[in-house]
Amino acid sequence: MSEQLVHTFELPNGLTLLIEPMADVQSAAFSLLVPGGSLYDPVDQAGCASVLVEMLLRGAGSRDSEALTNALDNLGLQRHEAVGRQHISFQGATLAENLPESLRIYADIVRRPTLPAKEFKAAVNSCAQSLLAIEDDPYDKTMVELRKMCFPSPWGNPSDGTIEGLSHLGMKSIKEHFKRCYRPNGAILGIAGKVDVAEIQDLVQAEFGDWATQPEPEYLTGPRGPYTGHIEQESDQIHLALAYDSVPCRHPDYYTAWAANWVLGGGSSARLFTEVRERRGLCYSVHSQLTSTRDDGRVLCHAGVTSDRAQEALGVILQEILRLPGSIQENELNRCKAGVKSELIMQQESSSSRAAGLSNDWFHLGRVVSLDELRQKIEGLTVNSLHEHLERHPPRDFTILTLGPRPVEVPHAIP
Amino acid sequence: MQFHKTRLPNGLQIIAELTPSVHSIALGFFVQAGARDETSELSGVTHFLEHMAFKGNERFSADDVNRIFDELGAKYNADTSEEQTRFYAAVLPEYLNPTTELLAALMRPSLRQDDFDMEKKVILDEIAKDNDQPPTVAFEKSMETHFDGHPLGRCILGTLESVSALTSEQMRNYHRERYGADNMLLVVAGNCDWNRIVDTASQYCENWTAGAAERDLPINEPRPSIHVIQRPALQQQYVMHQAAGPDARDPQRAVADLISVIVGDGGGSRLYWELVDPGHAEMAESQFQSYHGAGVFRTLFIGPPKETDKNLGRIEKVFLKVNREGVTEAELQQAKSKVCSRIVLSSERPMNRLDSLGDNWVYRDRYQSVEDDLNLYRSVTTSQIREYLERFPLAQTTTVTVGPLGKLKWK
Repeated sequence: MSEQLVHTFELPNGLTLLIEPMADVQSAAFSLLVPGGSLYDPVDQAGCASVLVEMLLRGAGSRDSEALTNALDNLGLQRHEAVGRQHISFQGATLAENLPESLRIYADIVRRPTLPAKEFKAAVNSCAQSLLAIEDDPYDKTMVELRKMCFPSPWGNPSDGTIEGLSHLGMKSIKEHFKRCYRPNGAILGIAGKVDVAEIQDLVQAEFGDWATQPEPEYLTGPRGPYTGHIEQESDQIHLALAYDSVPCRHPDYYTAWAANWVLGGGSSARLFTEVRERRGLCYSVHSQLTSTRDDGRVLCHAGVTSDRAQEALGVILQEILRLPGSIQENELNRCKAGVKSELIMQQESSSSRAAGLSNDWFHLGRVVSLDELRQKIEGLTVNSLHEHLERHPPRDFTILTLGPRPVEVPHAIP
Repeated sequence: MQFHKTRLPNGLQIIAELTPSVHSIALGFFVQAGARDETSELSGVTHFLEHMAFKGNERFSADDVNRIFDELGAKYNADTSEEQTRFYAAVLPEYLNPTTELLAALMRPSLRQDDFDMEKKVILDEIAKDNDQPPTVAFEKSMETHFDGHPLGRCILGTLESVSALTSEQMRNYHRERYGADNMLLVVAGNCDWNRIVDTASQYCENWTAGAAERDLPINEPRPSIHVIQRPALQQQYVMHQAAGPDARDPQRAVADLISVIVGDGGGSRLYWELVDPGHAEMAESQFQSYHGAGVFRTLFIGPPKETDKNLGRIEKVFLKVNREGVTEAELQQAKSKVCSRIVLSSERPMNRLDSLGDNWVYRDRYQSVEDDLNLYRSVTTSQIREYLERFPLAQTTTVTVGPLGKLKWK
């Protein structure tokens, strides 16, 4: 692995700047996390954070909506905004020489949006339509509902809000959300690519240094959803979704849990793919992933199955999950390690993945884990450590959701 | 960056773009076999065969194939289009040899009967999955209609009926016809030594039988049509348009790409400002795609059912205005910035270079470096755009809609 150096700067106002120069690329990318996610949506106005993001891009600084979009497009910036529970994430990548100007424009977007009232209706419309599109996509719908069931509120709530929540929104809430949540303390700016560290540091100091700190807003917490459910929907496939408790990113067992899940549902030699698809031909796609909010980890599994074989598929999936503790083989763990090694090395080819990695690490761990350290951590895992982890955190308390023309019976004998 | 090419005695072509500064190597077999090469009876066989390749040969079982790819830490996949089947993997450079061996084994699969029967179930489930995706349903129907009676109109996955009826014997014959060494290309990109590539490829591919395959290239003459597929339970209305464009060998294809960005890029384009920004549609995007002997300019929009007729009119208005007035210099410059930035960013990963290298070789018999690609787009002028629009005016020739509406009032 080539030498990797990450420069960390904590601005007095609480913004963290992380820079990783990359010698072999022509591009530069940023990942800016602003702590104004959907957790902070007013209780009856789910979707507030989401509409605010729509509004931010409809005018900022001296630019109106069209001028703003044109300015970003002229820089060839490939951009993406996502509303998370904790953060709003603004991601961008472009030719390295266009990064400084892109960052200046994003300082306008997150600090000086004009929030023009005339754009409000269109912004709400746009968010509402994205929610309707989820209703039309059985996979998306299943996973949104599964999260709602298996995570406590507000962490399980759909980050894009609800149609009901949007109907209660007004310009006033949007402005308040911006005032209350958008702040430098807790914001993280990860930058990777062909960049000059001193130049970027000066620029970020100039553009974000005088951003005023604010108290962290509060949010209400609530219970998780039910353990089983069925959504009746006309579809050719039945969607099976399962969740069980695991550990979050910041937990010392995280990498162990991650590797155990890889054995279950990560690669194409993983158990779910082998047993459900390859041996029995029960479905086209089946996988599982370890997903983490700040404080909670869950393993989420999904399979889309032709309806007459859904019952059998659910049985096989459960059997594979329950069989995992105590049964992991050395060669399975070795395959997981090989995948990680290759992924980590290939990450050095992409400024976007590195920028996102920097910000995510900082959020979850309060530091950046170097690719080398990560590789050593994964290399150090043993079958024993995976089994010990699964003893401490065995798959149980399953949440099971099905979506399709008819329900699937959930076996009684599961822990 | 260095380009190399050769041809093995059995006809297999190998091309490589080697870059010492990257960390991985990507390689892929591009087989000139696609849905267009099927008959009605064989509909879906190309894609089914792509799946069957992963079931291995005498040396590697299906489990071995999945296991070894994972042991190599490979990022790998395969896909089937109207014209090509591609099998590709990206690995660390030290794994060139075993990766080539495995990919080469996939090109000569055993096609065992029990594997065939099992995988057929997976394919039927994949067809069910696609049928639950409204944009895919709109796309499939629009290809079938736009290329009515033309080979490009064949559905890649086939139908429940055609796939159910396929036999392994038919697949074996099809494989013999389309997977001859002359009908395949090995594309390599990344950090590696050229001699090693040639030696490795020779080791695993030199015994393959030669054999080039024919392909019909009839002219497509789409007639304007509107198809409505009613799905009352859907929330949104999905509309796909197709219109004629230049084919894959035509120098105007770069012009078509830039027009698709100006007219229908996801953020900031004519359709974006007319439909998406005001909230009339969730998305409205255009894309140009070229094939052997044909090209299409596609537009997909998704919006509220009650807004659909108006949205169709809005698109018509945008298209007519562009046809009449062309585009501005500023729009063209912006589209070039977007396209060039995408090319540079994407080319940083060897895996992403395979497509471009393969397509340039297959369709245009030439190598194009990233710099060549950038120059191709940078050299386009507004007057070339006007010439293009004279020849291929933007149009809603083929229209397919999926959603709650039972009919369209538009036109």
